[in-house]
Amino acid sequence: MQAFKTHSGRVVALPRADVDTDQIIPKQFLKRIERTGFGPSLFFDWRYRPDGLPNPEFELNHPDAAGASVLVTGPNFGCGSSREHAPWALHDYGFRALIAPSFADIFYGNCCQNGLLPVVLQEGEVAELIRRAEASVGGYELNVDLIERTVSDTAGFAARFQMDSYRREMLLRGLDEIGRTLELEAGIAAFERHRSEPAVRGVS
Amino acid sequence: MMVPRTLFEKVWQSHVVTTRGAGTRDDPGPALLYVDLHLVHEVTSPQAFEGLRLAGRKVRRPELTVATVDHNVPTGDRRLPIADETAARQVATLVRNARETGIELFDLDAPDQGIVHVIGPELGLTQPGMVIVCGDSHTSTHGAFGALAFGIGTSEVEHVLATQCIVQNRPRTMEVRFSGVPAAGIAAKDLILALIRRIGIAGATGYVLEYTGEAIEGLSMEGRMTICNMSIEAGARAGMVAPDATTFAYLQSRPRTPRGEAWERAVSRWSSLRSDPGADHERSIRIDAAALAPQVTWGTNPAMAADITERVPDPADAASEADRLSYRRALEYMDLRPGTPLEGLRVDRVFLGSCTNGRIEDLRDAATMARGRNVAPGVRAMVVPGSQRVKTEAEREGLDRDFTEAGFEWRNPGCSMCLGMNEDILLPGERCASTSNRNFEGRQGKGGRTHLMSPAMAAAAAVEGCLVDVRGYIRS
Repeated sequence: MQAFKTHSGRVVALPRADVDTDQIIPKQFLKRIERTGFGPSLFFDWRYRPDGLPNPEFELNHPDAAGASVLVTGPNFGCGSSREHAPWALHDYGFRALIAPSFADIFYGNCCQNGLLPVVLQEGEVAELIRRAEASVGGYELNVDLIERTVSDTAGFAARFQMDSYRREMLLRGLDEIGRTLELEAGIAAFERHRSEPAVRGVS
Repeated sequence: MMVPRTLFEKVWQSHVVTTRGAGTRDDPGPALLYVDLHLVHEVTSPQAFEGLRLAGRKVRRPELTVATVDHNVPTGDRRLPIADETAARQVATLVRNARETGIELFDLDAPDQGIVHVIGPELGLTQPGMVIVCGDSHTSTHGAFGALAFGIGTSEVEHVLATQCIVQNRPRTMEVRFSGVPAAGIAAKDLILALIRRIGIAGATGYVLEYTGEAIEGLSMEGRMTICNMSIEAGARAGMVAPDATTFAYLQSRPRTPRGEAWERAVSRWSSLRSDPGADHERSIRIDAAALAPQVTWGTNPAMAADITERVPDPADAASEADRLSYRRALEYMDLRPGTPLEGLRVDRVFLGSCTNGRIEDLRDAATMARGRNVAPGVRAMVVPGSQRVKTEAEREGLDRDFTEAGFEWRNPGCSMCLGMNEDILLPGERCASTSNRNFEGRQGKGGRTHLMSPAMAAAAAVEGCLVDVRGYIRS
């Protein structure tokens, strides 16, 4: 997994609540058997007009959002389906960090598995970031620092965020979670030997 | 004295292999949980198997994983090859992965094929006290049996395949008590929609819900599955119901449940799976099930629901500015005006099926409404049984004839128009009465407009060509 320590990049604000994973990546793009190539389909139904051209109304298509790598959005981002295609699409598009007042559970975990940092800030802080992004001319930049757990800009905005130490270490070091768990093989095997409940198809 | 424990705590604690991370009070760190049953389908698994192959890793316990094809399979003539090439490739990939790793697969032509959350319970693979995971958010369905069951991402699918374990932060628990006995015509779907409407689509984020109360105890397993299934639509990690005589009666003699003395031992063990008196839930909520009317959604998420007797709400009356924006957006997408009565709203399509409401009892409820009546002119209504077993049983009972004689299409099992990954989709602008679980924008087809409701409500809508109050349709 790609490590995440610090990142500075252009911000795009998507001031909507409850953006579900069906919007992030619609179902017709879930038939690929690879982890890559989902970027062009990100936010497909919002991003493109019926004739296939970019929808100029959509936030990601604004000239100031070109090359954005930090998404600032509303609460409960990533709700709905567990599809990991959603963080794959966001990452493939070029996003490295997502900032919101809250995320859906499964989506939050899926981001952490892909080096895409989900940052939870206070609602007021997110509102301020959206205000600054929308007021800027020619693009707004943020620095997201997982080492210090801070989000800051060059005009005085600074906020701290929390992340549990297990996930933070995984992201900082770009660790392979399966490899880490496999180191516990002896413990897993002992657990299997000692448990009283029979396994699913071992029931006699 | 033992500390009283909740149902969730009992299942959780018996599956902790070890804890990870800091282990402090403020930063407890996740647990490594053992997984008893891992369900796999074609859409969220190919990258996981590929990851294992690239890393040279093996499936640790192939006998604890079961696979089926459901999400993108056609529901028309099964003798024909899958026309959609990418869907065919995804199905073929699962077949190859299952064969190479020794995982049992219910393929397209298997008599036990069906939606993953329908076949697990009906085969008896799903059992009380288990930890069950699947790369699908509606895995919460299996919690109806007193299992801890939740959806995971593809990276986690790979982790479970390789280690038979999953890393999880400990959720909190919320008791949802449905008191009273629901009136005639009120289904499990109405109970869960009423809950989501009350607490919102993120109202249970970080929680496992335990459903209790007279209304839950009185429900069949099918009804309990409908409720647990949609726990995720309130943001919950999982939903659970303590196993009881109804649970055991459903499980007895299922193909994969124990027999004889082993069955007696299992029932005795499962009987302890209930929250102890005095056990603490971090939150609790009570809903009077006796006071509920049939629920129907009017917007673009499952919390945007109302009684069928109500009108489309006015965004001006929303509780917050954020809600006002969401409501306005939703009404625009749904092409609805504030103040329009929900009853009488014309529909173009009706979908009966899905892991929420594609089980035999759902089809019986719907058939009662369809029997001897006709689908309204201009309405296309389809019935998609949740599994081959459900389909066979429905045909044995003659329900298929009730549907087809009324003008419903009788199709083959799969997820179908719940998410529209196959050719069963709404056209732009079409309005659909649906028994599925999500009314998100474009969920059933780009530009399609979904109203969620119970199977009887959906079948009655097919007959009338518009949303109706099913209570006026009940036959004595």
